[in-house]
Amino acid sequence: MEPTHNTKDRITWHLACNVSDIPEDGGGCALIEGKQIAIFNFARRGEWYATDNQCPHRQQMAIGRGMIGSQGDEPKVACPFHKKTFSLKSGQCLTDDEYKINTFPVIVRENQVYIGL
Amino acid sequence: MKANTNTHIVIIGNGMVGYKFCEKLLARKKNDQEFMLTVFGEEPRVAYDRVHLSEYFAGKSADDLTMASKEWYEENNIRLFLSDPVVDIDREEKLVRSHHGHVVHYDYLIMATGSGAFVPSIPGVEKDGVFVYRTIEDLELIQAYARKAKRGAVLGGGLLGLEAAKALLDLGLEEAHVVEFASRLMPRQIDDAGSKILQSQLESLGLNIHLAKSTQEIVGDDCIKGMQFVDNAFLDVDMLVISAGIRPRDELAKIAGLETHPRGGIIVDNGLRTSDPSIFAIGECALAHHMIYGLIAPGYEMADVVANTLTGIDKEFLPYDMSTKLKLIGTDVASFGDPFIEEPACITIRYENKAKGIYKRINVSPDGKELLGGILVGDAEQYNMLLQTCKNKTILPPDSEDLILGSRGGEEAGAGVMSLPDDALICSCEAITKGMLCHEIGEKGNNTIDLLKKSCKAGTGCGGCVPLVKDIIQGVMKQNGQYIKTVICEHFDHSRQELLDLVKMNGLKTYGEVLNEFGHGDGCEVCKPVVASVLASLWNENVLTKDRAPIQDSNDRYLANIQKGGTYSVVPRIPGGEITPDKLIVIGQVAKKYNLYTKITGGQRIDLFGAHVNDLPLIWEELIDAGFESGHAYGKALRTVKSCVGSTWCRFGVQDSISFAIEIEDRYKGIRAPHKFKSAVSGCIRECAEAQSKDFGIIATEKGWNLYVCGNGGSKPQHAQLLASDIDKETCIKLIDRFLMFYIKTADPLTRTATWLNKMEGGMSYLKAVVVDDLLGLASAFEEEMQTLINNYKCEWKEVVGSPELRKRYNHFVNVPEKDPTITFEEMRTQKRAKEWV
Ligand code: SRM
Ligand SMILES: Cc1cc2nc3c(=O)[nH]c(=O)nc-3n(C[C@H](O)[C@H](O)[C@H](O)COP(=O)(O)OP(=O)(O)OC[C@H]3O[C@@H](n4cnc5c(N)ncnc54)[C@H](O)[C@@H]3O)c2cc1C
Ligand code: SF4
Ligand code: FES
Repeated sequence: MEPTHNTKDRITWHLACNVSDIPEDGGGCALIEGKQIAIFNFARRGEWYATDNQCPHRQQMAIGRGMIGSQGDEPKVACPFHKKTFSLKSGQCLTDDEYKINTFPVIVRENQVYIGL
Repeated sequence: MKANTNTHIVIIGNGMVGYKFCEKLLARKKNDQEFMLTVFGEEPRVAYDRVHLSEYFAGKSADDLTMASKEWYEENNIRLFLSDPVVDIDREEKLVRSHHGHVVHYDYLIMATGSGAFVPSIPGVEKDGVFVYRTIEDLELIQAYARKAKRGAVLGGGLLGLEAAKALLDLGLEEAHVVEFASRLMPRQIDDAGSKILQSQLESLGLNIHLAKSTQEIVGDDCIKGMQFVDNAFLDVDMLVISAGIRPRDELAKIAGLETHPRGGIIVDNGLRTSDPSIFAIGECALAHHMIYGLIAPGYEMADVVANTLTGIDKEFLPYDMSTKLKLIGTDVASFGDPFIEEPACITIRYENKAKGIYKRINVSPDGKELLGGILVGDAEQYNMLLQTCKNKTILPPDSEDLILGSRGGEEAGAGVMSLPDDALICSCEAITKGMLCHEIGEKGNNTIDLLKKSCKAGTGCGGCVPLVKDIIQGVMKQNGQYIKTVICEHFDHSRQELLDLVKMNGLKTYGEVLNEFGHGDGCEVCKPVVASVLASLWNENVLTKDRAPIQDSNDRYLANIQKGGTYSVVPRIPGGEITPDKLIVIGQVAKKYNLYTKITGGQRIDLFGAHVNDLPLIWEELIDAGFESGHAYGKALRTVKSCVGSTWCRFGVQDSISFAIEIEDRYKGIRAPHKFKSAVSGCIRECAEAQSKDFGIIATEKGWNLYVCGNGGSKPQHAQLLASDIDKETCIKLIDRFLMFYIKTADPLTRTATWLNKMEGGMSYLKAVVVDDLLGLASAFEEEMQTLINNYKCEWKEVVGSPELRKRYNHFVNVPEKDPTITFEEMRTQKRAKEWV
């Protein structure tokens, strides 16, 4: 894993995995700098998203195993444990105002997925 | 009456009705300056839900029972004095004075002092160990005393007395007695026949009932030792709860010179005004229409009347219906209208089933057109509907016995909830009519119970109206053309059944195709598993291949149940619960190797808990090598077919139940349905396999097998019903094929067979007609479809274990081989357990 640097945004881009490691319209989890990041290949919309893997509801490491989909236009993911859903764009919990997860930028180059932390 | 700015209102009593008055007044006020509210409460806590007081023993805290927090009073600028009863009212100066010396002026005074327990003057009532049952403090005292007591009694066999008696049992007393002066239980609500049935039900719960007993003395030195009755009998008890009725708290009103009734109660007119026009009385302290209304609904209505009056709207308190349903004793009791009216003033229809503990009585007007009242014991499911029919004087169907027996033609008796008039009171606690509900649901779109609870508080009081409110939601949506299609979610405007037909006709096999053809948007966690289930039910292909893995619900996605902490459980199939010693050893070895917690399940097999996702394929590889298959504990599919040992060993067995159970389990394993389904086979009528609690259950008879369907355990247990009797194996299997296929094709998502049947028009007789008599002409199609599914069965774990592509998905991280480092376990009884949620 070689981090590439983007000084302008002061974001560090980390190589996470290959495109084929994440199922289409599904998710997975990568370990980056000791942090668990959930990555989603929203193939239906041609979009990629990354969020915390940990669900704030019961601190379960499971968001990457959640089902994705949409609510209206908002892309979302549902935690497998108790089905709280979170916007993939803002990280805001859509079913319970109390909760929020972090989201991270994703870029895909030459079949490789990079996450900005 | 027009309220001027800053009208001072003082409320004496912070009970349920006093609180409700504040809430209603605030909801009606036009601006913040309109009223100044001051509340005096004698109890140390803010108003709480007395109706559900007994739940305090079941673990609810005082906080859970609170109606509104102290902050609520602050936010609404209400001055609240607790533990500070009002001791004096100066009506000339319009001042009240409290125990702590607060003197407050009022323009209007609201007496909401409630009532206290009535304690008859029996010698010895003052002894230790004698209690009343009214406040949280009373319950705390009872709870503390019960720890060292063995035998308890309740004086009074009315509604409250029975509740208290049940509480004594729940508190762990060895004996609980009910002593009633009258010759029957709940004398104000039910008749002798009803009382007899109720008595036998309560006795089976462990209560001892003593009727027609007059207590002479409570015996003991300082503490109660027993009760001496007039008829010379003696009851040995070491604690007693007195629940002999209520006595309105009118002592303050008396001191203030307000008119009170000789037998208790502050006398009020139809506007709830006392003999002093600036003073109102509401709730259980008020005597209106010559009576004390000892229930919460009329109390709330009184609060509403006065809140209206003070905000300039004329409203009268009308004589209030005293129909009731007892909530907690484990057996339903209800009475409504005039339960006791006798012939010839009415025609009485009675139904009694001693074996089942059911008694029903309805009183119909002599011309057969109106329902005048009735009593239900043991089964009060029809209570709401009957109450509405009675209150609204709905014209009865020609066979009025259908009201309690259900029509044998299958259709619901009566015209249903939508035939009620708009002003029919549905939620009496919050005074919400059918018209108001229809408006909330239809115009404002509040079409779930939760939304309605928020928007208009319907169903938040005693909760008794909730089933009826649900029916109204359905009714309104049906009228607006919204129902019928219980659509899956925002992405599909179809019911599961429609979608299944569409997918089948078009031969679709992936979620993407289904969404493109029949849906819109990007799908979600609701429709994805539904489509996954439909695809599996139609084609029975591996649930993880094609694009199907990401649409499976969490458990199906990894073919294992996700557990607290993020590990998974492994449940190999053990058909019929039969297992060889060799296989047991393998399970033991695998469990040891992968450090898994093992437990015998309630389904006669073994569950291995705490597996890391990375280990799942390795574990299954070993199990499959030893001849195990997936147990589908994760799927909405066949779970287990339990069996008893049957004629192979048991001296009573009349058929070989184990062989049949194994055959059945092998036949239907892996078949996916709208919800999980379970089965069992018992070798004789003793029913050790509990077949009647299963989605389909089989019981051996001398001549063959009896087949029962649509039972389940779980949170709403329901017995399965007989579908066919004395049939041979082949017929039995045929009928199960048809039954399951019919269920799979028509049930809504996540609906067990029992719920499916309950919603089916025509009920059991219709189901029988379809499955046994082939009413729809679909029987052979059902059998063929089932056979196709069975032919397509493959153990999905075997497929995963053999496929590198599928195995790859069983890694916690996509970029490193490690297991999830955050997973930790705790030790318990030499095994491990999941760490508690943080
Ligand atoms: C392991 C077991 C408890 C045990 O330690 O004995 C169990 C464990 C779970 N049950 Fe159960 N049930 C188990 C027997 C039962 C039984 C008893 C029986 O089958 O004889 C019942 C009542 C009978 C019935 O279903 O009619 C039962 C009624 C439920 C229900 C309520 C279903 C209902 O219709 O009300 C759920 C919730 C659900 O399925 O939606 C449930 C759900 C669950 C889940 C799947 C909850 C979850 O999603 O994590 C638990 C998964 C544990 C796991 O990871 O394996 N379990 N569960 C039993 C496994 C039996 C087996 O070998 O497959
Ligand atoms: C165990 C139990 C179960 C029940 N179950 C049901 C049921 O299932 N259905 C049903 O409809 N009803 C039920 N009830 C009855 C219901 O709880 C009452 O109808 C309701 O509480 C009456 O409300 P209230 O405000 O009039 O009186 P209360 O709730 O008694 O409130 C009156 C308050 O005023 C206080 N007070 C009295 N004098 C003064 C004073 N001078 N100064 C200040 N404060 C004073 C009292 O301490 C009390 O806190 C049940 C009651 C009990 C005890
Ligand atoms: S009863 Fe509840 S806690 Fe126990 S296994 Fe079943 S679902 Fe889990
Ligand atoms: S842990 Fe995610 S919803 Fe509960």
